[in-house]
Amino acid sequence: MEVQTLIGLEVHAELATESKMFCSCSTEFGAEPNTHCCPICTGMPGVLPMPNKKAIEYAVKAGLALNCDISEFSKMDRKNYYYPDLPKAYQISQYDLPLCTGGYVDIETEDGPKRIRIRRVHMEEDAGKLLHEGWGNNSLVDYNRAGVPLIEIVTEPDMNSPAEAGAFLDKLKAILQYIEVSDCKMEEGSLRCDVNINARADDKSMATAITEMKNLNSFKAAVKAMEYEEKRHREALLEGDPTVHETRRWDDARSVTVAMRSKEEAHDYRYFPEPDLVPIALDKSYIKSIRENLPELPDQRYQRFISQYGLPQYDAGILTSSKYLADYFEQCMTIYDNAKTVSNWLMGDVLRALNENGKDPSDIPFPPAYLVDLIKYVDDGTISISIAKKVFDEMFANGTDPGAIIKEQGLVQISDEGELLGVIRQVIQENAPSVADYKAGKKKALGYLVGQAMKLTKGKANPQLLNKLLERELN
Amino acid sequence: MRIKPEEVDYIAALSRLVLSDQEKNMYARHLSEILEHAERLSELDTDDVEPTAHVLPLKNVFRDDQVKPSLERDILLSNAPEVENGCFKVPRIVE
Ligand SMILES: [Zn+2]
Repeated sequence: MEVQTLIGLEVHAELATESKMFCSCSTEFGAEPNTHCCPICTGMPGVLPMPNKKAIEYAVKAGLALNCDISEFSKMDRKNYYYPDLPKAYQISQYDLPLCTGGYVDIETEDGPKRIRIRRVHMEEDAGKLLHEGWGNNSLVDYNRAGVPLIEIVTEPDMNSPAEAGAFLDKLKAILQYIEVSDCKMEEGSLRCDVNINARADDKSMATAITEMKNLNSFKAAVKAMEYEEKRHREALLEGDPTVHETRRWDDARSVTVAMRSKEEAHDYRYFPEPDLVPIALDKSYIKSIRENLPELPDQRYQRFISQYGLPQYDAGILTSSKYLADYFEQCMTIYDNAKTVSNWLMGDVLRALNENGKDPSDIPFPPAYLVDLIKYVDDGTISISIAKKVFDEMFANGTDPGAIIKEQGLVQISDEGELLGVIRQVIQENAPSVADYKAGKKKALGYLVGQAMKLTKGKANPQLLNKLLERELN
Repeated sequence: MRIKPEEVDYIAALSRLVLSDQEKNMYARHLSEILEHAERLSELDTDDVEPTAHVLPLKNVFRDDQVKPSLERDILLSNAPEVENGCFKVPRIVE
């Protein structure tokens, strides 16, 4: 039996507004608990919420960037449930008339490009934050996040592997960053992902019951959780084991999913139109003006990087996957003209250092001009490429200007023939056996001698010149 | 009666309400009467009427994205059953 994995995603993105969705409290991250709260966002009786114009605009912008239709008539609804993170005992959301419907995102897969359909994008408000750890039989509640505007992006179950779902999430994050509606910082909870996954026989004769996984707080965790569930569902289907529709939690420490024993089984949200908020009716000219002002999106920028800078597809794909990385590249290109060299540095050492430190391209600790300076020092022979890598590490650690590092640490490359000849003669004198090996035809011995000369010069010898002079001296 | 006491039980559970048998019967009767009253609307022919989301002749009431001061935390927390570290303290929710 051929088995297919079906994955659908619900992604929540916090919108980057200054104030909350329905009140004027700040949305700033990291404030003291419960200091960004007012009677409206904590659900006091008799208050009147009023929607944030910017949040509507951002949601429309996201809908358009995701190729959705924008509804000309939309309304807010109440989703009722009791949970301590929800001070009003209902969340203002959208039920049957969401702001955006029917879009898509194109991703790259092993089998080529693939289109993932977006069912809807709707607006809602975030809930508060529960702190469970360290309080015994209690939980603490911080309502600073309650009422922060969110969009929820719901896909069709079009992804057939965790890798495809991962590619979708990366692309979605890039798009939201490009249009600047969300900072997409997963570590601050501004991007969260729910997964629906099951397995089905290719001929649709049977399928496992859907597993829901909520609030996966990193793409890495989401992909790992999906890989685990994919295996579990496929095995259940092939073995004919019964499955139940359930919510499971990803346990990152043990790398397993566990069924959640929830006391809150009654998922009866009793949606009804929010009586405190009047409908949203966006006219065509408003939608048109947002559409016309959409910035360049990742796919367009990818094509432009290939045509304008002559970059290989692979490079263009990596560089444009993050707005910050692509911006950084283009800032370098305003002061330097070898695109491939800049691309190599960014895709190589810069991304490696960011990954090693668990950081994002927005965290590169030095300006583009410093990277170009470093490249130019290699170009003009001031330093060798291997020294440049060391200078880079220092730049990354301290954000220092490469010129200063080279000067302070005396890293300027030795390209003076006389000086190098002195070193070479010393090496020849001290390594008679290797010299003999070389003369006996063991060409490998040359590498050892070069290494010895490099050691004496602390890596600063001009490698090409050193090689040339050494061979000349030996012959 | 259109609403049975068991349905009142279910609705009460969703709202975290504990009702006596006497109350359940009373609310079953009240809710039934409300539904019966509203049912009179079905006598009208509404085939060509769009569902009404709102009865007010208003739309697009928005505010600008501007931050204004929030409430003093002490005032906010004055309704809390218990307070710890500037937070509302509630019975533990996850297991
Ligand atoms: Zn507020």
